[in-house]
Amino acid sequence: MSNISAVPQPWAERLNSAADLEALRQRLEAGQDPNRPEIIVCHGTGCLANGSPQAAEALKKAIKDAGLDAKVVPGIKITGCHGFCSRGPLVVVRPQGLFYQRVQPEDAQEIVQTTLIEGKPVDRLLYVDPVSGEHIPHEKDIPFYKHQERIVLRNIGKVDPTDLGDTLVRGGYQALAKALFSMTPEEVVQQVEASGLRGRGGAGFPTGRKWRSALAAVAKKGGPVYVVVNGDEGDPGAFMDRTIMEGDPHAVLEGLILGAYALGAHQGYMYVRAEYPVAIKHLGIAMEQARALGLLGENILGSGFSFDVQVNRGAGAFVCGESTALFTSIEGRAGEPKPKYVRSVEEGLWGRPTVLNNVETWANVPQIVEKGGAWFAGIGVPHSTGTKVFSLVGKVNNVGLVEVPMGIPLQDIVEKLGGGVPGGQPFKAVQTGGPSGGCLPERLLDLPLDFDALTEAGSMMAAWASAACARCSTASARARAASRTSWTCAAWPRPSRTAPCAPWAAAPPTRCSPPCNTSRTSTWPTSRTTSARPGCARTSSPTA
Amino acid sequence: MVSFKINGETVQARQGWTVLETARQHGVHIPTLCHHEAVEPSGACRLCVVEVVQGKWSKIVISCMYPVAEGIEILTDSPRVKNVRRWILEMLLAECPGSKEIRALAAEYGVSASRFAAHHPDEQCILCGLCVRVCKEVVGVSAISTIGRGVHKKIGSPYQGPAEACVACGSCVTVCPTGAMRARLDAVRGEPKVKLAHGAK
Ligand SMILES: Cc1cc2nc3c(=O)[nH]c(=O)nc-3n(C[C@H](O)[C@H](O)[C@H](O)COP(=O)(O)O)c2cc1C
Ligand code: SF4
Ligand code: FES
Ligand code: FES
Repeated sequence: MSNISAVPQPWAERLNSAADLEALRQRLEAGQDPNRPEIIVCHGTGCLANGSPQAAEALKKAIKDAGLDAKVVPGIKITGCHGFCSRGPLVVVRPQGLFYQRVQPEDAQEIVQTTLIEGKPVDRLLYVDPVSGEHIPHEKDIPFYKHQERIVLRNIGKVDPTDLGDTLVRGGYQALAKALFSMTPEEVVQQVEASGLRGRGGAGFPTGRKWRSALAAVAKKGGPVYVVVNGDEGDPGAFMDRTIMEGDPHAVLEGLILGAYALGAHQGYMYVRAEYPVAIKHLGIAMEQARALGLLGENILGSGFSFDVQVNRGAGAFVCGESTALFTSIEGRAGEPKPKYVRSVEEGLWGRPTVLNNVETWANVPQIVEKGGAWFAGIGVPHSTGTKVFSLVGKVNNVGLVEVPMGIPLQDIVEKLGGGVPGGQPFKAVQTGGPSGGCLPERLLDLPLDFDALTEAGSMMAAWASAACARCSTASARARAASRTSWTCAAWPRPSRTAPCAPWAAAPPTRCSPPCNTSRTSTWPTSRTTSARPGCARTSSPTA
Repeated sequence: MVSFKINGETVQARQGWTVLETARQHGVHIPTLCHHEAVEPSGACRLCVVEVVQGKWSKIVISCMYPVAEGIEILTDSPRVKNVRRWILEMLLAECPGSKEIRALAAEYGVSASRFAAHHPDEQCILCGLCVRVCKEVVGVSAISTIGRGVHKKIGSPYQGPAEACVACGSCVTVCPTGAMRARLDAVRGEPKVKLAHGAK
């Protein structure tokens, strides 16, 4: 991905203090002209597939052909997913904030002529409100965006993910500088505890409490502790973590470094599924640029704290998102889960205390450290604080990615953000939580979306793949698909909480035949193993 | 010493023991397939499930790996346990309809047919991995391993040819709970390198 922004690339220097970082940020900011026209072309996966690179090329060419004044050469910025993927390729023209959808290479000339030169919107490319039929020129007024609250996604679609300078201008690594120079590790943990942040990977375990138990385990055992990012995102239809890693890799990285600082870890891992090549590439670039600036690696920002990360690619198994399978996979063995009845904060990667958190969980941490746990706790509802990113897929008008405060009714997501079911068909159900979740029927439309309400309804927050299904067949097909996916894991130690509409959970208990008189055959192994073999190490000496 | 209850009877165990070890020590029967004292447990077959009751809540766990704890209450044959076991047996029946042992065990729990589709009528292997573990942990050669994953997973040797590392000890055949390994051993060890006995050159 080429970056042709006019920001000077300052990678030659290494930052040795918080003041250095602030000076660089100010310099970068001063180098940016807020009035300079900028064409943002979404290069998220959806838009890439819809042909955004061709549109970007055509726009570049059109700008050149038009011979626009050299002093205000409009920049073209390549960003991650804007969320409204079904309307891709998306183009936003700044500073006006004009929002163009489904932009094809043929439209490039008209955009340059009408918008850049004449300063008017190109009407036919604007978003049309399906209800009122009005053209909506600005991104912020479109219902899909209007009802969102963007904390995790705040930079995505605004920054070039391959340009650290862009992230720095928007306040990247400020939280890190704050933590390293004005907070103790204990204070960082306290802020995360106070925020009420719960894991975004599914179970909703309080992140602060997880960190606290890891600290207790380290105090007991001593030695290294690891921090790990779970970027395996296997749930069908989900692309929240993907979008975050692709569009704002520095948020994940900064969150991880903050976690490492809080826990005293010096090595971290990012486990990203191999099916996400762009995410892997962008994380790699982000790490390289952060290292060059001294934001990662030895002696971060001259604070004396050292921490480094490596990216591990998953090999394409859903189950590798599960903690023990993920650890064995990183350790270089077949990614199979281990039933251990021991928590990974005590015995995780390489048998050491390990904190594993989801991508979105980590990406929340910098904001919590910067603005304080109390600020975060004020968003959402009491036991589910903050926001949640949802992938909206299936039979809804607006397919895409949204971020909303916790506790918002399901109805709002389907109707206000999702734009309802296409073709005026009746709403049937929403599937949440991927294979481990369930289907929420129409009568639950006013259900507030928070961890506890969803669990109570028999579904799950999880990595969200939500599908509003119009017809019964679709709903049951999705349920079947979901139960098939969990089927591969059924032989493994998952708690037997199944989706209420998974067919085999609703089925009557086992079809029992009349009692059978067949006695046990003599080769039956249990009879062999019932009596302990003399001298067998396992049976005779598990001592206290 | 830890003391807790199995089926209402108080039992004593050492710290670090599993529920299965304690139950066997006290003569309580829990069916198992993938467990063998000679190797580390892996929790593959799930047949050894028991119910742990702690105060008001209870959960199903596998006894071969669940660590004992003071004051817990274990039920080895509660209706819930039996129901889960029947489910497991039904799945095992579909996975390896060719195994006489599985059929007999299923019949013991009143399961004679499976509602899951069986794709290989002669299959005997339940993929418990006991053979792999014994080869690695006891014999120390790792001549066999699981190959592939998901529904394509099976037991085999590198490149599915005779394994260089195989010492033809037959430990895998001995521990195999279903007799499946018997049919596989020849493929794993290949032609004997040295022929002894009558007629050897
Ligand atoms: C079968 C299975 C698959 C999972 N897949 C994922 C996944 O793709 N991404 C994820 O973040 N967590 C996944 N989890 C949850 C993780 O095990 C773990 O709980 C989570 O990453 C912890 O992070 P959190 O506390 O931030 O949610 C999965 C769990 C199971 C049992
Ligand atoms: S061959 Fe036997 S021991 Fe090996 S996995 Fe199959 S059933 Fe288990
Ligand atoms: S990929 Fe462009 S909006 Fe999602
Ligand atoms: S014996 Fe416990 S899972 Fe197989």
